[in-house]
Amino acid sequence: MSSLEVRNLVKEFKVRSGLRSGTLRAVNDVSFTLEPGKTLALVGESGSGKSTVAKMISQLETPTSGEILLDGRPIGRRGRALSSYRHQVQMVFQDPFASLNPYHTVAHHLERPLKLHGVASGDALGPAVHDLLERVNLTPAELYAVKRPHEMSGGQRQRVAIARALAPGARFLVADEPVSMLDVSIRLGVLNLLARLQREENLGVLYITHDLATARHFSDEIIVMFRGDIVERGPSDEVILDPQHEYTKTLLAAAPEPSRHGRLREEVRAELAAS
Amino acid sequence: MTATTTGPLSSPTHDDHVARLEPVLTARNVSIEYQVDPPVRAVDDVSLTLHRGEILGLAGESGCGKTTLAYGLNRLLKPPAILRSGDVTFHDANGTDIDVVSLTGDALRAFRWDKVSMVFQGAMNSLNPVISVRKQLGDVLTTHRPQMGTKERAARSAELLELVGVDPTRLDSFAHELSGGMRQRVMIAMAMALNPQVMIMDEPTTALDVVVQRGILREIMRLRERFNFAVVFITHDLPLLLEISDRIAVMRAGRIVELDTSESIYARAQHPYTRQLLDSFPSLTGDRGSFVRTGVTRDAAEEEAS
Repeated sequence: MSSLEVRNLVKEFKVRSGLRSGTLRAVNDVSFTLEPGKTLALVGESGSGKSTVAKMISQLETPTSGEILLDGRPIGRRGRALSSYRHQVQMVFQDPFASLNPYHTVAHHLERPLKLHGVASGDALGPAVHDLLERVNLTPAELYAVKRPHEMSGGQRQRVAIARALAPGARFLVADEPVSMLDVSIRLGVLNLLARLQREENLGVLYITHDLATARHFSDEIIVMFRGDIVERGPSDEVILDPQHEYTKTLLAAAPEPSRHGRLREEVRAELAAS
Repeated sequence: MTATTTGPLSSPTHDDHVARLEPVLTARNVSIEYQVDPPVRAVDDVSLTLHRGEILGLAGESGCGKTTLAYGLNRLLKPPAILRSGDVTFHDANGTDIDVVSLTGDALRAFRWDKVSMVFQGAMNSLNPVISVRKQLGDVLTTHRPQMGTKERAARSAELLELVGVDPTRLDSFAHELSGGMRQRVMIAMAMALNPQVMIMDEPTTALDVVVQRGILREIMRLRERFNFAVVFITHDLPLLLEISDRIAVMRAGRIVELDTSESIYARAQHPYTRQLLDSFPSLTGDRGSFVRTGVTRDAAEEEAS
């Protein structure tokens, strides 16, 4: 049984205001299972705890309580166990302008994980890098391998970041707002690329976003978070088309919808007339 | 108004729509160049009329010249950018016409912010971090309304914050003590300080999450009804524009390729590029489009190669 499961995950942060200190429960009792070939979307507004979940899965934060299980076994937190976990679970960050090192070439960014995770070495490195670049549609690979991040567009950089996440042979990807920094005209391209790779490699993807429209179209299941709690979950069409929880309805009403043209103006006018 | 032979695509409904409106800002054949090697023509022969009290959406992908055009309308271009040709006329409410391009010195300073104000891109970060909101709002008033007394200024600042839905007790806060949405509201308050007739908003909600964004849009719409200023709303989020604006201009590579009412753009976009832009947004509640999760029909490698 291959899966990445989180069980009753809780994360508390200490917050201080003057002399008083308290705890803020950023994530409260969150459980879900990520399966190969499936995409799970985690949606919610800023501060709802969705990125904290991502950080705990990628082991950048330690949960206050609860556990994370890979293939049914608790995950290793240090040494060889941790590095073997990182073989299998990788992350794509939000900002491709910040997550790539401006000093290094694309080839360097991809060689490092290949070497560190023992996927390829020596003469095999070059072909492995080219293969990765081709998989993310950066062709001709020779041309892109020698580029540095500033010589590429945002979408191309994000593709490099995806290739880097795939380099260790990951089975699970955590994508934290992977397209929100990109121009709209290339967002779909990057998402489609992720979807294609997912199909080809049978990846399990955790897609974190506040964009409900892409969450609906690119995931099988949606989990809605609000202030650390899961308020609604279900198959993506069901959650979007037939929301049950008040907060999901608020989120949906806030998303731009071209067919509602002019309605906002009428609402505002009515409001002013009434006051 | 689209008298140029290479004008943008438009429809008869659009002409009917604008015929009833009174212009407030007219740009004719504006071309703006970045004097680098080789020179880049960021805005190419653009003509545009903004009418009193309307929201005009300016849409297009990154680098198409939206922001450059906005800066041109407001005389904010800095070298290497230069206004090559064209004129911009502001039709003041009192009946006089101001030739914006020829303004210099004090006349230009008096014009900016008083007649046309701007909410900048990344407005979240354009507040001064080391002085309080009170001082920053007061700064606008001392410069443009020197006859105002201290008490009046304080009252006006408080009134402005109230207008945009921020508690006036926040006047003594610093930027880092405010949330992103509140900072954005303060920026809008600042842009409204002198009751301008035109507000240019450059991506005012892009960095905010949907719920906060909705609140701010509603605020802008509400203020527009009350004060009847015109808004140029710049964003690449076409669905959002379709929802809030009266007319939309679609820009591509420095030119306006289509200019029409939002209804027409939504129902029957004429230019292939507009249709492509519309298609790049998956619909929230509608049909699952054919492009979704296929990775085949719209593999964008070729599109972004530019």
